[in-house]
Amino acid sequence: MKLLVAISQTPETTARIAFKDGGTAFDSTGVNYIMNPYDEWYALVRALELKEEKGGTVTVIHCGPATNDVTLRKALAIGADDAIRVEMEPASAYSVAHEIAAHAADAGYDLILTGKETIDFNGALVGSMVAGLLDLPFISHVSKMVMQGDTVLVTRDIEGGVEEIEVSGPFVLSAAKGLAEQRIPNMRGIMSAKTKPLQVVSPVGTDLPDRHIRFSVPPAKSAVKMIDPSDMDTLVRLLHEEAKVI
Amino acid sequence: MILVFAETQEGKVKKSAFEAVYYGAKVAADQGTTCTALLLGQAADGGHLGRYGASEVLQVDHPSLSAFDSSTFSKVLASVAQDKKATLVILPDSANGKSMLGQVAILLKAGAIRGANALPEIKEGGMEIGRAVFSGKAFAICRVDTGVAVISLAGNTLKPVAEGNEVVVKKVETVVPSPRTRVVNVRRTTGIVPLPEAEIVVSAGRGMKDPSNWGLVEELAEVLGATTACSRPVADSGWRPHHEHVGQTGIAIRPNLYIAIGISGAIQHLAGVNSSKVIVVINKDPEAPFFKAADYGVAGDLFEVVPQLTLALKRFKEAHH
Repeated sequence: MKLLVAISQTPETTARIAFKDGGTAFDSTGVNYIMNPYDEWYALVRALELKEEKGGTVTVIHCGPATNDVTLRKALAIGADDAIRVEMEPASAYSVAHEIAAHAADAGYDLILTGKETIDFNGALVGSMVAGLLDLPFISHVSKMVMQGDTVLVTRDIEGGVEEIEVSGPFVLSAAKGLAEQRIPNMRGIMSAKTKPLQVVSPVGTDLPDRHIRFSVPPAKSAVKMIDPSDMDTLVRLLHEEAKVI
Repeated sequence: MILVFAETQEGKVKKSAFEAVYYGAKVAADQGTTCTALLLGQAADGGHLGRYGASEVLQVDHPSLSAFDSSTFSKVLASVAQDKKATLVILPDSANGKSMLGQVAILLKAGAIRGANALPEIKEGGMEIGRAVFSGKAFAICRVDTGVAVISLAGNTLKPVAEGNEVVVKKVETVVPSPRTRVVNVRRTTGIVPLPEAEIVVSAGRGMKDPSNWGLVEELAEVLGATTACSRPVADSGWRPHHEHVGQTGIAIRPNLYIAIGISGAIQHLAGVNSSKVIVVINKDPEAPFFKAADYGVAGDLFEVVPQLTLALKRFKEAHH
């Protein structure tokens, strides 16, 4: 199988979120970056498992500047065969999807995987847009995938349950929790990643149909009102009269 | 005009569709245009969408729309949007809505905004809409200048009110491409409001000590008409199903009331729930970080506090009925 995994880089889950330049840009001071967890733990690892079961190759693609090579090297250390970095500052989901689709258009991938969303912009758009640009079937929020001969049985998370779907032929999926188990790169993987191919390509480029123009952090909560644990009637009264939520 | 994809489930219009139509009608009124709702597949109660502001309800009923295929649904929605010259297309922020959003944006060459949480503003010819980013730790304004925007609407953005009249559903014929995926099975817990739509959520964490104690949470949820949720460690240890996990790597929710029981309040959990309008935290550790994000706090033993709260609510419900 020929597999492509689209990878994003995000601030780590515990990073302090702040903005600069009058709230127009993310303040990356002191922020550590990681591979987007949905891309790494689920999409990439499931792709590697498929390669181990069926043979083939796993390519990772990322749109970003040279400083992000560390994230691609980590993907190679976990087990990807080769990496492609599109030299650009990703400005919207569309600009990223456009580059991935341009690369994948004639490359003959059997499956394109990405995380269900990034944990920074939470757009949940790149997989859907790549499918739209390439006119491939798209299955989102995939938490399980089993090969059954020429067809694939996919389990997809929906509100309050799951849906099981059959698909054959190339498709795009977005990965949710449960699709695979996180893998920690071992020393051999880290050493071999240094010599695996990492190709840098120029972006095809596109217009931007949408952009984030201003950011803000939520105002600090006013102090919590502590209620005596033996007086739940007071809590109920406050929820009714003051908060007006019951 | 404004086009709303009115999502259905088992032949009935979903609650989120009424909210999306109500939102669409508000935007239409602001912009001096009209709001049309579109049903894909069968729906018995589509005419109700008129009560929430749809001036027209269209339906494409075709065998290929009897089960969800993201690509087929996206193409039909986009083709109706093109025919009707829609400038704003609204989808629910559900699994299906999110999976279609990017494809519809590509087909319409439109800007895409996931999880809009406020009404749009028109500024210098562009449309600006708020949304949550960084998994709920921040807000952003997203701007679309292409003339057409496709958005998914975050649940509980507006409280829909039935102010209009029932309309007659109009069937429309359009090309429906054959689905390339096949739904073979759907397993859903029935009778429960899904988390993204729930107005009240009762959630519990490791402080419950054992899954056999979950009855306490369910009894509290039942008296409140709430949906139950859990923290990540609880889902990871298999005490509760993954689709109940709220937080940064689970589901992000924004109910009117969120009650957190025995959850310490790690930053990753807060990220998924801090858009809730009112937060109540019950934890035996008065230093639990969650209290800093709470509106009301109870520092006490949950095994005593939760049953007391359930009883107090029952007394309240009896007194108010």
